[in-house]
Amino acid sequence: MIMLCSCREVKIVREDVKEAVQRCGREKHQLLEILGQLQKGTNFLERDTLVAVAEELDLPLAEVYGTATFYSLYSTKPRGRYVVRVCESAPCHIDGAADILAAVKAHLGVAVDETTDNSQFTLETTSCLGVCSVGPAMMINDEVYGNLTPDRAVEILQSYN
Amino acid sequence: MSIHRSHILVCSGSNCTLRASVPVRMALRAAIADQGLDKEFKVIETGCFGLCQEGPIMVIYPEGIHYCGVQPDDIDEIVETHLKKGRVVNRLLYRGEAEQEVTLPSTPFYQRQHRVVLRNVGAVDPENIEESLARDGYQGLAKALDTMSPRDVVQTMLDSGLQGRGGAGFPAGRKWDFTLRASGEPKYVVCNADEGEPGTSKDRLILEGDPHAVIEGMAIAGYAVGASQGFIYIRGEYQLSLQRFRKAVEQAREYGLLGSDILGSGFSFNVEVRSGAGAYVCGEETALLNSLEGRRGEPRYKPPFPANEGLWGKPTLINNVETLANAAPILMHGAQWYRSLGSEDCPGTKVFTLSGDVANRGLIEVPMGITLREIVEDIGGGIPGGRQFKMAQIGGTSGGCIPAEHLDIPIDIPHLDDVGASLGSGALLIVDDSHCMVDLSKTFLHFFAHESCGQCTPCREGTMLMRKLVDGIAAGSGTRKDLELLERITATMRKASLCGLGQTAPTPVLTALRYFSDEYEAHIDSGRCISGACGVAVGGMKS
Amino acid sequence: MKSMQELEAIRQKAKKAMKVREGQENAIVVSVAMGTCGIAKGARDVMMALVDETAKRGLDSVVITQSGCAGFCEKEPMAKVHMPGQPEINYGYLDANRARDIVARHLVHGEIVHDYVVQLPGGEDRA
Repeated sequence: MIMLCSCREVKIVREDVKEAVQRCGREKHQLLEILGQLQKGTNFLERDTLVAVAEELDLPLAEVYGTATFYSLYSTKPRGRYVVRVCESAPCHIDGAADILAAVKAHLGVAVDETTDNSQFTLETTSCLGVCSVGPAMMINDEVYGNLTPDRAVEILQSYN
Repeated sequence: MSIHRSHILVCSGSNCTLRASVPVRMALRAAIADQGLDKEFKVIETGCFGLCQEGPIMVIYPEGIHYCGVQPDDIDEIVETHLKKGRVVNRLLYRGEAEQEVTLPSTPFYQRQHRVVLRNVGAVDPENIEESLARDGYQGLAKALDTMSPRDVVQTMLDSGLQGRGGAGFPAGRKWDFTLRASGEPKYVVCNADEGEPGTSKDRLILEGDPHAVIEGMAIAGYAVGASQGFIYIRGEYQLSLQRFRKAVEQAREYGLLGSDILGSGFSFNVEVRSGAGAYVCGEETALLNSLEGRRGEPRYKPPFPANEGLWGKPTLINNVETLANAAPILMHGAQWYRSLGSEDCPGTKVFTLSGDVANRGLIEVPMGITLREIVEDIGGGIPGGRQFKMAQIGGTSGGCIPAEHLDIPIDIPHLDDVGASLGSGALLIVDDSHCMVDLSKTFLHFFAHESCGQCTPCREGTMLMRKLVDGIAAGSGTRKDLELLERITATMRKASLCGLGQTAPTPVLTALRYFSDEYEAHIDSGRCISGACGVAVGGMKS
Repeated sequence: MKSMQELEAIRQKAKKAMKVREGQENAIVVSVAMGTCGIAKGARDVMMALVDETAKRGLDSVVITQSGCAGFCEKEPMAKVHMPGQPEINYGYLDANRARDIVARHLVHGEIVHDYVVQLPGGEDRA
């Protein structure tokens, strides 16, 4: 990374972090909330963000990093604009979740935990989304889709292009 | 206040929302406004009616007509025929087994249920506190504040025999009692809404359908144990629940049912809504407390128990959503009433999420002690597609698999214990004979290997090893020795794991081995799998 | 709200607004024929007048509902009143004022308003 560019980025990151901390509060127990807010724009948490959060809350970086990597809704690796999470828990499994996952993989051309070349989609699997009566299901960012067939799953993905 | 002559309830629970209930509602509102009928008809978004398989569901009052599978295209006909002319649109009525149009409440699906926790789910607009008040919302709290001492409330909960509804089944009243007796200030009430157990969505549908029942339960608990601050920790994936619950908390504050000096009693209580971030282990109560404190959600050693040293080391009462939603009815109707429901060892009702290979999937509430057969055949409407019942997994992925030979066991804690299963969180996954148990075991173990938090060795290593062994068996490279090894690993995990996750993770595989050992052996000995899901040849088993 | 009394007052008010969703056992049911014919002759006005008048008078136990065309289009707008334990009374040739009259006299005082009663050939089963 070019230094000049990086510095400017760091400045923006710091402003974002300050704002999130102001909104949520400076107490340590707001850490999850703060990380959640900061991830909204980019779908992942940059290293610089974590450093700035650690400084703002006066916590060791290791602790902030440890927390960020513990929870599956947070990512410290770049993710696409849309995070596609296909449910692979037992109720969806017996409804044919494996076929859904295969169709999504084929359509996006990526494996699980990979991001498409155009940075649009990241494919992940998830445990139960709590909509088992209408499985198989998947979630794209905050939106949940149920009653999937391989074709319908692909149609839904196409609507995000 | 305007009175509408007819109320139209449209389900806005998650499951119906996935089945287009939002466009249905929008189309209905638009059509009603178009026709100038908005003074007569009120469209209300309500919680889950339970029969998610038939969604989106719409109920028109005062007639009480239920329509199923309503799509936006059906709206014109409903408005023209039903709303304007008072004629029922027969084709949208629920069709029973005999393909006859019947009214929903008269079907076995509803007749066999007993709704205590779900009393208002599907009957009120969860975003309008007045509807909850009209159906006796906050009457339990009012009664407690007006006529009972904190000790009386705890005693009532003890007498009711209510057991925790989150999975462990610990007597709720005893937790309340411990927390009341604990020394230390301040005290906290935490509602565990981190519903991550696969196959379970009852807490989600309670939060979405009747959030005030949960707020009321938390306030009652706060009064009983001497806490003035409550937290609810809702799964990060449950965006709709978070949004609705936040709104409900705001309304309760506006109406003075949360805040300081509630109803002039001098008791103050507030609720803060917190979101999880995707970690199954946070459903474990001490892991949840760590997460609330802003840390990694790793479980703590017990003792000390949260009642003595919980959130920030202070005495904390932590209960599941459904447990707290039971509090108000118990106070209103009394412990004896509650004991009159359910079985002797397990009083009351239980909410289940019915999923898998069963005709009526959805949300149900039944008295404890009902048999598995009654749930599957009467309420669930049996196995579709001419298939046979193979097994029911009760309590989610950490729950046991119950084979057909035990279909007649009563569903309560001691009877389930007898067959190696546990009541758990309220998931009921029905599986037909087309599925392979080895393949399913693989799914269970992949889940646990992913969700183990890694803190203690038996769970971290045990889940990985079990996964590897079962993957091998499924691929046809397993040996009989692997089965012995599996048994040994499971024994270690059950005894030595730090928390419930590691202790219960082996349960599904243990019960699968106990009841379906022939399938494991078929994979190992003759490389055959009944379903073809595994990496071995498709074929019947050697008998 | 700051007292038990206020909670009770809001509860009672809210109950009224939700009355329509409760069971109809032992309720007085007024059913307005809302076929195309009835609507064309003003059944909607009749319905609204009934809703308004019963609400004004706080008649909580009255359920106002609708039915299809009773087959006597000429006598529309029609409504029938069913009081628990009594035979059904059919009214015809209604308008908003007559509907309000029925509320005041029949629903409140139990007095059948004979001027508006219509006899239906074939009896109640057709209505």
